[in-house]
Amino acid sequence: MIHVAANTRHVHKNNWRPSASIEQLKKRAQLLSQLRRFFESRDVLEISAPVLASAGVTDPFIDNFSTQFSFSAQSSEQTLYLQSSPEYAMKRLLAAGCEHIYSIGPAFRHEGAGSNHNPEFTMLEWYRSGFDMQMLIDEVSDLLKTTLNIENISQYSYQDVFLKHMNIDPLTATTDELIEAVKLKGIDLYNGFETLDNDDLLQMLFSHCIEPSFANHCPVIVTHFPASQASLARINSLDNRVANRFEVYFKGIELANGFHELSDANEQAARFESDNKKRSALNFPTKPIDQYLLTALDAGLPDCSGVALGVDRLLMLIVGASHIRDVLTFDIARA
Amino acid sequence: MANFSTNEFKAGLKIMLDGEPCNILENEYVKPGKGQAFNRVKIRKLISGKVLEKTFRSGDSVEGADVMDTELAYLYTDGEFYHFMNNETFEQIAADEKAVGESIKWLAENDVCTLTLWNGSPIVVTPPNFVELEITETDPGLKGDTAGTGGKPATLSTGAVVRVPLFVQTGEVIKVDTRSGEYASRAQK
Repeated sequence: MIHVAANTRHVHKNNWRPSASIEQLKKRAQLLSQLRRFFESRDVLEISAPVLASAGVTDPFIDNFSTQFSFSAQSSEQTLYLQSSPEYAMKRLLAAGCEHIYSIGPAFRHEGAGSNHNPEFTMLEWYRSGFDMQMLIDEVSDLLKTTLNIENISQYSYQDVFLKHMNIDPLTATTDELIEAVKLKGIDLYNGFETLDNDDLLQMLFSHCIEPSFANHCPVIVTHFPASQASLARINSLDNRVANRFEVYFKGIELANGFHELSDANEQAARFESDNKKRSALNFPTKPIDQYLLTALDAGLPDCSGVALGVDRLLMLIVGASHIRDVLTFDIARA
Repeated sequence: MANFSTNEFKAGLKIMLDGEPCNILENEYVKPGKGQAFNRVKIRKLISGKVLEKTFRSGDSVEGADVMDTELAYLYTDGEFYHFMNNETFEQIAADEKAVGESIKWLAENDVCTLTLWNGSPIVVTPPNFVELEITETDPGLKGDTAGTGGKPATLSTGAVVRVPLFVQTGEVIKVDTRSGEYASRAQK
């Protein structure tokens, strides 16, 4: 009899078994080699980014796992963050002279587990120097056509999907108009609307009403998110109300998020600081800003576009799985 | 009662909403890659029985409801209250007409019902899935009819009216499915 230490978590006796079937694991291996062939044929270099770094992300709605490390016996412990994406490390590589790189590796987000979410997941991320947003969208489309065996992909602007599905212009609507739209859609919010800003309301409408209305027969790519949701994308040079950011959706799954990358170190620093302000306003802890990234941007990031794609979610779509655990060796419940 | 954060939400969790205990039926976690996460929750209000959908911001916390189910045998009614007893401890609990609701037409002495207690008081009485009740009145049916075609109404000892096959007669005890209110079979002797 093995003695098991007291643990408040209920351990199910069958949870030593993998959550995916052996069949799905073979499909995963096939997908990984298919992805590597795709990039090899395009002369994109595979790199391995570290999972631990001295900074995480400031994004108010992404929570990093963290751990403590002493660099020497004498030094005090320093917090290291498990990366929510290899983005910062990859941008440092780009600034150091890499032109076309991809990474397939683990990423971590301290957030709820659900049918499309596991706190530890596999992310494919790649960067292309000299690519604008549309060139990268075309490459993402090629990759989806190859891996999902599909022919068509739709593309709309963020403004178009709101006008089409909600009859609202997301770039000009007032907070009151957005609250009215949310109520009209029958969304009954538990804690009232007071603390929600326009982006929160737009995101609520997007995830509750717009995303579910996308056709299921082909992936939908949404481009030109509002500048206030730019994240690390550059602002559009022709319309400064929007950012050169795109997202891919398919069958209710958010599959990929891409940017024409912001390369201005000062603007990037300002966005990190504004994230931390929003964190304070929400009573979330502020986060250290990644100085290595800012210095790298200052040294010069090539004009490039980059995208992150959830490999487990892509695999779910390929095999028709309804829960992410069905494509993971061991999901968080079995961790 | 403890508070529950949205990351503890799951089907079966009992929470307080608008001053009423509720049962979570479904919990869907909606988290875009960028932006606020939500929990879309389907909830049944336990007193009114109403089912509604509510959106929570992830991180919201809600007061838990002190709700438990207990198995008690029905004893009798005094006209105002319905009395139940725990067959092991012999402890008795009285439920009012509101808690008994529609279940009233299936309550037969000694049947073990599920009583949902909120802060110790019954709010819902659920009869067993199957009850056996005597037919007190039904038209004599035609001989030779087998179950199926049409049937006829029969009044039971509790006052409930169910459709029964033509061959079943007054004085017989039948088994009824309380969830659908339909005749299941003649009772096993």
